[in-house]
Order: sequence, then C-alpha cells, then structure tokens
Amino acid sequence: MKALVPIKRVADFNARIRVRPDGTGVDLANIKMSANPFDEIALEQAVRLREAGGVSEVIAVSIGSAQCRDVLRSALALGADRAILIRSDLTLEALAIAKLLATLVRAEGIGLAILGKQAIDDDAGQTGQMLAALLGWPQATFASSVELQGASAKVTREVDGGLQTIEVNLPAVITADLRLNTPRFVGLPAIMKAKQKPIEERDAESCGVSLGARLCVLRTEEPPTRKAGVMVKTVADLVDKLRLEAGVL
Amino acid sequence: MAILLLAEHDGSVLLDQTARALAAALEIGSDVDILVAGKDIGAVAETAAGLAGVRTVLKADADDLDHQLPEAIAALVLQLAEGYDTIAAPATSLGKSAMPRVAALLDVMQISDVIAVLAPDTFKRPIYAGNAIQIVQSSDARRVLTVRTSAFAPVAATGAAAIETVAFAPAEARSRFIEEQRGKSARPELGAARIVVSGGRALGSAENFQTRVVALADVLGAAVGASRAPVDEGYAPNDWQVGQTGKIVAPELYIAVGISGAIQHVAGMKDAKTIVAINSDANAPIFQYADYGLVGDLFELVPQLTAALAQTRS
Amino acid sequence: MNYDVVIVGAGPAGLAAAIRLKQQTPSLSVVVIEKAGAIGGHVISGAVMDPAALDELVPEWRSASGEAEIPVTDDRFFYLSAKKAWPLPALFMPRLMSNHGNFVVSLANICRWLAAHAEALGVEIYPGFAAAELVFDAEGAVIGVATGDVGLDREGRPGESHQPGMELVGCYTVLAEGVRGNLSKQAIARFALAEGAETPKYGIGFKEVWQVEPAQHRPGHIQHSFGWPLPDSTGGGSFLYHGKDNQVTVGFVVHLDYRNPYLSPFEEFQRFKSHPAIRRLLINGTRIAYGARAISEGGFQSVPKLAFPGGVLVGDAAGFVNVPRIKGSHNAVRSGMLVADHLAAALGAGRAADTLLSYDAAWRQSAIGADLYPVRNVKPLWSRFGTLAGIALGGLDMWAHQLFGRSLLGTLRHASADHEALEPAARHRPIAYPAPDGNLTFDRLSSIFLSGVNHREDQPVHLVVADAERQRRNEHDVFGGPSSRYCPAGVYEWIEQPAGPHLQINAQNCIHCKTCDIKDPEQNITWTPPEGGGGPNYANM
Ligand SMILES: Cc1cc2nc3c(=O)[nH]c(=O)nc-3n(C[C@H](O)[C@H](O)[C@H](O)COP(=O)(O)OP(=O)(O)OC[C@H]3O[C@@H](n4cnc5c(N)ncnc54)[C@H](O)[C@@H]3O)c2cc1C
Ligand code: SF4
Repeated sequence: MKALVPIKRVADFNARIRVRPDGTGVDLANIKMSANPFDEIALEQAVRLREAGGVSEVIAVSIGSAQCRDVLRSALALGADRAILIRSDLTLEALAIAKLLATLVRAEGIGLAILGKQAIDDDAGQTGQMLAALLGWPQATFASSVELQGASAKVTREVDGGLQTIEVNLPAVITADLRLNTPRFVGLPAIMKAKQKPIEERDAESCGVSLGARLCVLRTEEPPTRKAGVMVKTVADLVDKLRLEAGVL
Repeated sequence: MAILLLAEHDGSVLLDQTARALAAALEIGSDVDILVAGKDIGAVAETAAGLAGVRTVLKADADDLDHQLPEAIAALVLQLAEGYDTIAAPATSLGKSAMPRVAALLDVMQISDVIAVLAPDTFKRPIYAGNAIQIVQSSDARRVLTVRTSAFAPVAATGAAAIETVAFAPAEARSRFIEEQRGKSARPELGAARIVVSGGRALGSAENFQTRVVALADVLGAAVGASRAPVDEGYAPNDWQVGQTGKIVAPELYIAVGISGAIQHVAGMKDAKTIVAINSDANAPIFQYADYGLVGDLFELVPQLTAALAQTRS
Repeated sequence: MNYDVVIVGAGPAGLAAAIRLKQQTPSLSVVVIEKAGAIGGHVISGAVMDPAALDELVPEWRSASGEAEIPVTDDRFFYLSAKKAWPLPALFMPRLMSNHGNFVVSLANICRWLAAHAEALGVEIYPGFAAAELVFDAEGAVIGVATGDVGLDREGRPGESHQPGMELVGCYTVLAEGVRGNLSKQAIARFALAEGAETPKYGIGFKEVWQVEPAQHRPGHIQHSFGWPLPDSTGGGSFLYHGKDNQVTVGFVVHLDYRNPYLSPFEEFQRFKSHPAIRRLLINGTRIAYGARAISEGGFQSVPKLAFPGGVLVGDAAGFVNVPRIKGSHNAVRSGMLVADHLAAALGAGRAADTLLSYDAAWRQSAIGADLYPVRNVKPLWSRFGTLAGIALGGLDMWAHQLFGRSLLGTLRHASADHEALEPAARHRPIAYPAPDGNLTFDRLSSIFLSGVNHREDQPVHLVVADAERQRRNEHDVFGGPSSRYCPAGVYEWIEQPAGPHLQINAQNCIHCKTCDIKDPEQNITWTPPEGGGGPNYANM
C-alpha cells in the first residue's frame, strides 16, 4: 500500500511573525521557513508504518512555489521514498489543495493519506477532511496512535476531554496530532543523500481542478492586547469577583 | 438567510458550546435551526429548543448516528443543506472533523474558528496561533463555518422552539466506533481544560507544588500547569509546561500562582478568558495581563483560596 | 565525506571564501556548515557596510540582493550627556571615519543572498549543523571537522533516535565562525597562534530594529554617539541607522573591559533609549527585533597567526574589525576572498593539510591591513584614558595618519584581557537601573522572545561550567554574579538557596553572543555548540 503525506512549507514554529503595519498580511520576509510540524509527525508515522511493513512506499508532496523543494528535501531525508512538487505560485486554499491531492491520490493509487491535523500558519485544519470527503473515504482526525490491521486501521483520536478509538476501512485519511510520535532526528548523511534524489514536478494548473480562491482576506490585524485588570485585596474579594463578575466559577 | 447550526452534545447533555455558537449564528441572521444528531437524544433536543432565538430544532435520532462519527454527521448535514445558506458548528472535535467534509462536498471553502461576525459573509478568525487576526470575506454562495466558542457568550435558555424530526438515510459505514476514554484521569487534559491552575518558581519545591497548586486544582476540577522554572528545576513534569515551548492553553479561567509572567509563559496563556495572578511581587509582569491580581504570600493565600472554594463548591 | 575545502560558518567571511573558490576553480568541492537552522539566522550586524569588497566579489549584489537600496546620506556623531546631545562638527572627523559611499544593509539578508549565489555555483551549504570538533590526522594537522551528535538527552545519553555527528574531511578547513568561535579558540590554543599578538579584546553589541512613524524616518541617515549612559571609565557607544520600510536599527556597544561587576550592558542599552534625543524617535514606534553578539575589538595588533596545519582563520574569527568604525563585514568578505585565492593556488599545486603561510603573510599588505593599521591605537587610547580623552586622542592619532601618513604613538598595547578587567564587587555599589516600561525599554525575556531563540530542551547544557564550586567562590562570592548581568539573554541566574547560591543556567535562552566565554572572570565558562539549529532565529539582523 502506498502512503501519501502532504507537506506544507510554513513560517518556522520559532519564528516571530509580525502583522504588516498596513494590514495587508503577515510579514514573512527573510524569516525561517520549515515543514509544518504536524506534517512532519504525519511523515514520521508513514515512515514507521513502512518500516513495520504495512506501507510499501511513502510519497511526500508539497504544493506551492519552487521554494517548497526545501521541505521536500527534508522529507526525503526523514525517509520519504519519493517527493513530488505540485507547482503553483497562487495562494491556494485548503479546498484547492484537497482537490489537487485527490487527483494525485487517484493517479498514484494511494491507499493511505496521512496529513497534519492543521498547518500552523493559517490554522484552518481542513485539508485532510476535505480530501477524505472528495475521495469518499473515511477519516480519522487528530490521531494519537495508528495501527494497521489488514484492510482497516485502528486509530486513537484526541477528542475534547478524552480519547476515542475508531476503526476505519482502508483506503482512508488520517490526520496527525501532536502526540502521535516525535519525528526522528535527521542526520547530515541523510540530508546529503536527499540532495541527490530527484523531485518530480508537475504544474497545478494542468491538474484539471479549479484553484480559484473563495475567501478574500480583507485585512490582517494584530490581536487585541490584554489590559491589566483590577487588584483585589483579599481571597474573599477574589472569589466574589470570579463568581459574580467573571462568572467562571 | 437561514442558518443551520450543529449542536454539540455528549450523547445525553447539550454542551454549552452550542449556546455560544448560537450567539454567533444569531449575529449572522435570525432564522437559526439547530440540528441535534445522535442516538436517544430526545432530552438534548429539548434543551436545545429552550435556547433563546432558535427557530426550529431538527432532531435526527438514529442508530447510525450513535457516537456522532463525522462521516455520518457530514452526510446528514448535506442531506439538509439545501435550505440553508450558512452551516455552522462549534469548533469542537466533532465540528472540526465533520464540517470540512460538508464544505468540500458543497464545493465551499470553510471558515474555521470564527471569533467575530462582521457581516453574514465576513468574519474574523485567528491565524498563527492567535498572533494575528484575519478578516475574511467569503465569495461562496453558501458559507460553512466553525465557531470558536470561547469568543461568544452563551445565549440564555429562555426559548421554546418547535422540534422537528428528520430522517437519516445512512450510507454504508466505513468507520466504526470502538471505545472512548473520556476524562480517563480525573484531571482534565491541560490543552482542553476549562480551568487551569499553574505554578511558578515561587513554589520552590515539588512538595509545595503538590500541596498548593495541585490541591487548588483539585477543588476546581482544573488541569495543572507550570511555568518553565519548576519544570527546569524538576518539581513539575515536562508536560505541564505552559508557554511558548510548552502548551498553548485558552481556558475560561487561568490561575497563575507565583508566576512572574515572562512573555514566554504569557504566550501560552494570554488567550485565557479570565486570568488571576497571585504573586508577592506587586511589580511582576503577570499583573499586566491579569484580570484579577492578588498581591501577597502564596503560601498563605492559596490555602485560603482553596478552602474558600471548597466551601462554595460543597 | 571528503571535500577540497570545508568551511565552518556561513557568515560573510565563509560565504565569500566559498564563492571565490568556485570562481577561481569551478571544479573544487566546497562545503559550508552553519549552526543556525537557516542561513542568516545567527548573523547580526549594524549594519552600515562598505561595499568595496562585495563589489569586487559579486558586483551584481547591488542590483540583485535588494540590499543596496539605502546609501548613507547623512552621517552624524554625538557626545551625549543625560539630557543633551552635542554634535561633533563634521570638520573634525578624520577621513578614516567617513561613511561616504556606504550602504545601510541587513547583513543577514546579504548572507542569504550570498548563500543562494554560492549554491548556484555548486557550493554545498548545510544549515542546522554545528561544527563541534576539529578532526586531526596522525601528524596533528587539521583535516576537517565533525558535527555534533543530535538526540542526546540532558545527561548526554543517546535518546531514541540519536544521530551521531559526521566528519567532514577537507584538504583545508576554513574557520569562519565569527567572533570567539569555539573551534577557532581551540585552534588558536593548540597551534599557539596568538603568540606574539596582543591579547584579543571584545565588546558586546546589542541591536534592536524599530518600526518608526513615517514622519520620523529618514532613510540613509546614520548617527553614532558616545558618553551617557556609560561612565567615562567604561568604553562603548551607540549606533542608529535608518534603513528601509520605516525601520531604524538602534544599537549599543559596551566594551567588555568594563570594571564594575554590577554594570549591566543590557540595561545600559535600554537606558540609552530613554535619552530625549532617542526617545523622540522611538516613542511611537514598535520594537520588532532584538539580538546581541560579541564584537571583536582588538584590531590590528591582536590578529593572531592566521594559518595552521590544514586550516585558516578568516573574518571576525581572525579579529578583522575596524573598531572606531564598528565595521567588520567588509574585511570579512575581503579575508574570505584573500584566503580563497591562496587556497585555490595551493590546491592547484596539489597541496593539502599544510600551513598556508602565504595567506598569513599577505593580509597586512592587503586592503585589510590598510584598513586596520591606521586605527590601531584608538582602542588602547580609549581603554587607557577613558571615553572623552581617549576619543580625542584616538581622533588625533587618526588625523596624524591622514596628514603625515603615520601615527605619532607607534603601536600601543592593550592593557589586559577582558576577563581580567572586573574588580571585586566589594569595591563597587550595585547600580539601580530603572524598571523597564514595556514600551521603550524592556526586560531580557521579552527581548529574546523577539529573537525567536529556541533549543531543544532535552539536550546537554551547552554552556559548560568547568568547576561549579569555583564558579560560586569566585564569580558569585567575589564578583557578585556578573553573569546574570552581562548575559544579554538572561541565561545565568544566581538563585540564593538555603544550601547556598546556585547557578541556574537557562541554556535554551542562549543567543550565541559568546560574552560569557569572554567575560567570565576565571574563564571557567565555555560556550560549546548546542545541537544544530538551536539558538536565535534572526530575520533581518
Ligand atoms: C552589534 C554589531 C554591529 C555591527 N555593525 C557593523 C556595521 O555596521 N558594519 C560592519 O561592517 N560590521 C559591523 N559589525 C561587525 C560585523 O558584523 C562582523 O564583522 C561580521 O559579521 C563578521 O563576519 P564573519 O563572517 O567573520 O562572522 P559572522 O558574521 O559572525 O558569521 C559567522 C557564522 O558562523 C556560524 N558559526 C559559528 N561557529 C560555528 C560552528 N562551530 N559551526 C557552524 N557554524 C558556526 C555562525 O552561526 C555565523 O553564521 C557589527 C557587529 C556587531 C556585533
Ligand atoms: S549564555 Fe553566553 S553566549 Fe549565550 S547569550 Fe548568554 S552570554 Fe551570550
């Protein structure tokens, strides 16, 4: 069974992003870009499944500009067998990404797609579910453990206030949550080797799906800053305020 | 301008996220129907009908909806979608799992985690973990959205809507529920808890952490957090750390005990709805973020607070 | 892996060397490793850059890098008192201080552009990997470097997916680590390269980038100051450069030969911004970046021998900074080019792992020597006579060079090493610095937040205290714990415990400035490279 893992190139988790003073978006100039951390967890899981024998080939795909080759190289270094770049210089929304991925799933005969549960830039958290819907596949979102069992997968999900275990028939879409695994360290030898591997490229425009944006970002703002509240004198005052004013008790 | 809102419930009780998401829905338009889907959910539907401003409650009670698996829920919503131009759900595990399926099959781009409604097609939503806010306008004929419920106050329970039963025509199920471990430990998970009590360096030792912070958390049924210092010094476990490199939490109530309020910690909790700070240093930065500040010795104040809360709770 | 040349550090020096090698001999295999997670992530500089060297290396940088947009148009120099700023008439300024023809740039961005250019020429560049050790052959010559292990836990035990380091072997190794490189320090010690040179001297340089109101912004305007808030006995000063997009760089340098252990360079910098002349500019602005880095100040007479068996030092690792101008990037590029020419010739002649004496012999006669020699007495005069008199005398000495072509003083020596300069705390009184206002002035932790600093938590502490007991007896008991003040990132905290004072090291906050390695009074603290990719994530520094 072939597994597909999409990798999004995003502002690094440690980078400090800043809203442009004119409100036209977020200033990403010269900041470090990396693979979306949840996508790395997804990839690690796919590689582990291949190592355990349930998956035959792991294909990493990134959709975006030529710079996405960087994250694909890291994916190859981490253990992906093949890397595909679907080129587009447009800002693509989750729906368009899911459509592109669906064409790839069909073309490559993919049996399992593992995605990050969300990208840490737009925080939309939709692509995996959309892909599953477009393919008519079942899904297991927010996975914290995955076990392949022949024609199905047993997945434990992190749901509000607890864990839920479900079984999904394959082919299926799984989205990775933080606790699914800790991606392995990638050594320099692996990175050097990955440099030699080819990256297959196709053009998003020629995939036969509509890519147009549905949402228009009118403005991007700084989040409101918190203001200091009041000082209370005694514990009794505090309990009163929490109960009567804040209503949180 | 009819709106369909998916109710959040746990199989027996309507959860408060529904009343909050309803507040958002009512800002979009006045014709809001609530869909209650599940198995044996009559009582849940009743509660939903009691929420102020609801037009109709749609009750879908079927074996195949038990455990609310997103494939089934999405199929049900799609069945009903025709009559609505906005379909919304609270941004809970269920809403986040089911709604993108609905959106994809309606060929709509979903708007996730709405925190403000500016117009029926224009919303605010956080990006970059809340470090920026986007104002987005949808050009889709229909809107599908999830609502960050902590951003909206729940509507009152003063309504009396009619309840209509809707039939669910299930397709072949390709996913099955096996088991659930809700609230496996008595303590809620840090990332999802409604109340978090966190301790900082001022606690000084594992024992103090236990007898002050954890004890207070116990009476509140709260999750326990920590700033970096106690974790570094080994008297709080790693996975309690709240902050830039730890967990990012947004509970309704965050109580910071003996925490200075370094920005690295604040980055992990500034989206809490109400912040309480207890610290002996009146100049500690944490007071700049706290809604309620209490200056004094935590070793005196926290046991007092614990006792006072134990009393009001019992 | 085997290469012709292994280069450590993707700053201007390392990248210039790599590019020039490929220009000279395209068939050479050249590798660069860089400890930052991305190129430029650890590079921090003012920067007003003298473009001559880059123009020679890659003339297209002017049109292609986007960094040659803001020429210096207006250049001022001030002496500050607490309330006033006294301009120094342009007439008095020796030509050696002129910034005519220079550009206000981001050196990190230039490095990003140079790295892309180098890769296009076939240079292999690997960010995210620190060179942790020198590798020697049987004769003791350097034959390359080894990267550090990744995936060790706090105690140094290999974790689940531990990856051992890797050796990169080269005919020659170029140490382009910038100021106080850990391998450079080892090479200097092992091969006694500092013999005959003056002791190296350093400063700590802070930099913040501010987004200012458009009305306050004057692209191309630069100014420097000395005086307040530093006492006359403490060397240092400020720089302020108006760049692109309504951004202004505000920086401050404190010479690390300061004597008062209670002095906090960070807080002096914060206080500096509250001077009426600076406050006016910043008060309605927003701080968008913060960083700090040691800067080399020994100048001409402190440059060690640059070649040793199998390797060379370039850039700030060699100490090529023009101190009165606080400029080193042009010399970093020049030294990279110079060494590349000598390396290409040696490799062409089939040599390897020997001592590149021709490079060591050439720099004094090169443009680098010509830049550093005339200003060599400024720093010793400054240290000896205090700021006011020192600057006046230094200015006179530069004038003497301009008018008579030589100094009246010969070459002055540096008094002592920076770590020896501290006086016991008992001789000083704590300094009461104003509390930060969160608007114009800040605390350390909110500052390093902007640097994007991070290190994986579960790894060995990379700031190595050789002897904890001695650290307590000396640094704490005698000197009153200066590490908690000189560290610009709040890494060191002396915590008073019932069992006695305890040095808490918040290694994950370290922004790799190297000050602790320089200033610790007993040289008991060693900065070692953490797991690759750790450290600050500077964007436009
Ligand atoms: C605050 C400040 C202001 C300055 N202002 C100016 C100015 O206005 N104009 C000017 O011309 N100069 C200025 N300078 C000086 C200038 O920045 C330096 O001269 C220049 O950066 C030196 O270049 P370099 O390549 O030698 O070293 P660096 O720029 O320091 O680069 C060294 C690189 O090597 C990497 N490295 C180090 N050790 C290792 C290792 N073991 N393994 C892997 N990688 C490693 C580092 O991460 C870094 O990327 C300023 C310096 C400071 C601190
Ligand atoms: S620990 Fe040392 S190198 Fe790191 S920031 Fe502090 S002084 Fe600089």
